Amino acid sequence: MELLLEFLSFSDPNIRFVVLGSVLLTASSAIVGCFTFLKKKALVGDAVAHSILPGVCLGFLLAGSKNPLYLIVGAFITGWLSLVIIDAIVAKSKIKEDTAIGLILSVFFGMGILLLTMIQHSGNAAQSGLDQFLFGKAAALVGQDLIVFSIVAVTLIFFVVLFFKEFTLISFDKDLAIALGFPVRRIELVLTTLTVLAVVIGIQAVGVVLMAAILITPAAAARFWTDRVKIMVILAALFGAFSGFAGAFISYAAPAMPTGPWIVVVISIIAFTSFFFAPKKGILYRTWNQRKIKRQMVEENILKTIYSLGAISKNYFQPKTEQEILAARNFETSQLHLGLNRLKNQGYLKRSGDQWVLSPEGRDKGQHVVKLHRLWEVYLTKYLRIAPDHVHEDAETIEHVITPELEAKLEKLLEYPKLDPHESEIPYK
Amino acid sequence: MIKQVENPVLEIHDLTVSYDKKPVLWDIDLSVPKGKVIGIIGPNGAGKSTLIKAIMGLIPISSGYIKLFDEKLDAVRDHISYVPQRESVDWDFPTSVREVVLMGRYGKLGLFRRPRKADIEVAMDSLRKVGMEAHAERQISQLSGGQQQRIFLARALAQQADLYLMDEPFAGVDAATEKAIIRLLREMAIQNKTVVAVHHDLQTASKYFDWIILLNLRLVASGPTEDVFTPDLLQETYGGKLTLLSEITTLMAKEQFPHREAK
Ligand SMILES: Nc1ncnc2c1ncn2[C@@H]1O[C@H](COP(=O)(O)OP(=O)(O)O)[C@@H](O)[C@H]1O
Ligand SMILES: [Mg+2]
Repeated sequence: MELLLEFLSFSDPNIRFVVLGSVLLTASSAIVGCFTFLKKKALVGDAVAHSILPGVCLGFLLAGSKNPLYLIVGAFITGWLSLVIIDAIVAKSKIKEDTAIGLILSVFFGMGILLLTMIQHSGNAAQSGLDQFLFGKAAALVGQDLIVFSIVAVTLIFFVVLFFKEFTLISFDKDLAIALGFPVRRIELVLTTLTVLAVVIGIQAVGVVLMAAILITPAAAARFWTDRVKIMVILAALFGAFSGFAGAFISYAAPAMPTGPWIVVVISIIAFTSFFFAPKKGILYRTWNQRKIKRQMVEENILKTIYSLGAISKNYFQPKTEQEILAARNFETSQLHLGLNRLKNQGYLKRSGDQWVLSPEGRDKGQHVVKLHRLWEVYLTKYLRIAPDHVHEDAETIEHVITPELEAKLEKLLEYPKLDPHESEIPYK
Repeated sequence: MIKQVENPVLEIHDLTVSYDKKPVLWDIDLSVPKGKVIGIIGPNGAGKSTLIKAIMGLIPISSGYIKLFDEKLDAVRDHISYVPQRESVDWDFPTSVREVVLMGRYGKLGLFRRPRKADIEVAMDSLRKVGMEAHAERQISQLSGGQQQRIFLARALAQQADLYLMDEPFAGVDAATEKAIIRLLREMAIQNKTVVAVHHDLQTASKYFDWIILLNLRLVASGPTEDVFTPDLLQETYGGKLTLLSEITTLMAKEQFPHREAK
């Protein structure tokens, strides 16, 4: 805790640079990455990241020193070139996009490694540290880096806001964009340029290998929490910013750990958390929901069974043992037992000794399920012309799904039939 | 039977379209009248979608030209609306029904401008026309096939165009939606708008359309429904008389022939 306060006080200017730099970088890459993600071009980030290396080396060779401007411009040019070539290959040949990406990625990266090795063996003392582009150096950010990061981050955010409508349009329906007369090629060029810019800057902090994660993972995580592009972009930026901040803090608390990988670890944890816990789309919610549906089906089936047993003797309130229920319908014993107890708590059943009795509400509910079952059987035989001896299984599931609106529609459509296809009476209230 | 008209809304002259040098439309030459509901009919792979995409400038054409309202496409884009096949977009995209319909207004807005109140009103009005106003805030992945088609239609209506080019607006929709859509198309024709729709159900074709274009890699017929919808012409469209043509096509693709000799 003390450590956190000390960290947050920013008393050390180095900390300030690292934190602000990491946050700017991760947030702005995340924003641009949203559209890369929505256009289903997640691999593109990887291609650019790898294709930057030869540019960095060429920039160094030209400048003769690690002049950041030369390095960034060099990186930008080869990164951008790689995307243009990938597009050209896809457009002009039968090679698929993923193959083209793999091809270009390895060719450019190979050239980069070649150049880097050459430079390292040239005896030029200025070259030390050039390999930081491979693995990143977030913990060693200095004031000068920060200025560049800020300018780039602001540029990225400015253009994404400016082109928000256009980027969304081409991501969703490119043909419509063309049909409406938008300069789609130029808009895509802007998006490509922003992506390359984000990667060129980001790579200095986290390195080639982890860059794609910074670009795409926040968007993928954000997608779990929302169904609107705008909110997704904001969430991705927040996730990105948080991972930048947390990464910087962890590597501050444990100095042996580099910042870049920690940023990626944090954003991955956010992504996994989203994957498991997000409402509606998360695994947990879906599992829980499935369980709920399963329980509801067991409960409704129990009530239906007891109701049907009662219908034989016309006495719905006769106590039944679990054995009697099991004889009428096959339940898993444990499921039945739990279901009976839940129904008791819900007020649909009463217990006397080891026997169970429907409450008036329980009888109504059981009756209702039977009614839905039989209505559906009528519908299947009448409208889908399915033989009466085949409809029972279908109705077994559908009876639990039919909503009151659908029920009303069914009743009207079938004109309140009296009998189901097996000549059993359909109970209306 | 290819009937040309005076003052056509759409005029296609000697059009050939190829994918990778493989021609899929040969020498199409037709013109269609204003204020009609027009059907493009032909078997799967006949090039119906290709024809519409070529008209909209979505794919390059190998030869010939297309005129809309007697102009080049770029001069009259504002008056033309394109409804792509439903499967052409990702319905899991994080957006709402209202936002999708608003996209129909983007052409009028141009670059950088955000939808204004008036645009939102037009969008809501279009949704009302297709009976989807209650679903305006829905995420699009929750829609049924018929509902998806309706919002594509609403998006086209929001463009307030004079010529509508629709690719399979009846594909995968329920009977009620199909009826609602055709009623809407008829209303549009009454207001002197022209609708060109790709369709492949022969049962309903003669009932739905005033004018029919029969297509199978080449133009078989184009004219008023009663003249074109004959057993002979349908046989020519759907019958297997085109084997030679498709053999040549495959050969051309294999040898990478240019479609026209360079001039
Ligand atoms: N992008 C494409 N690349 C190559 N061939 C294509 C492409 N799109 C369509 N085709 C081919 O062109 C022919 C016509 O296709 P299409 O216009 O979609 O037919 P329809 O819409 O009438 O079913 C088909 O043989 C199809 O395989
Ligand atoms: Mg088609």
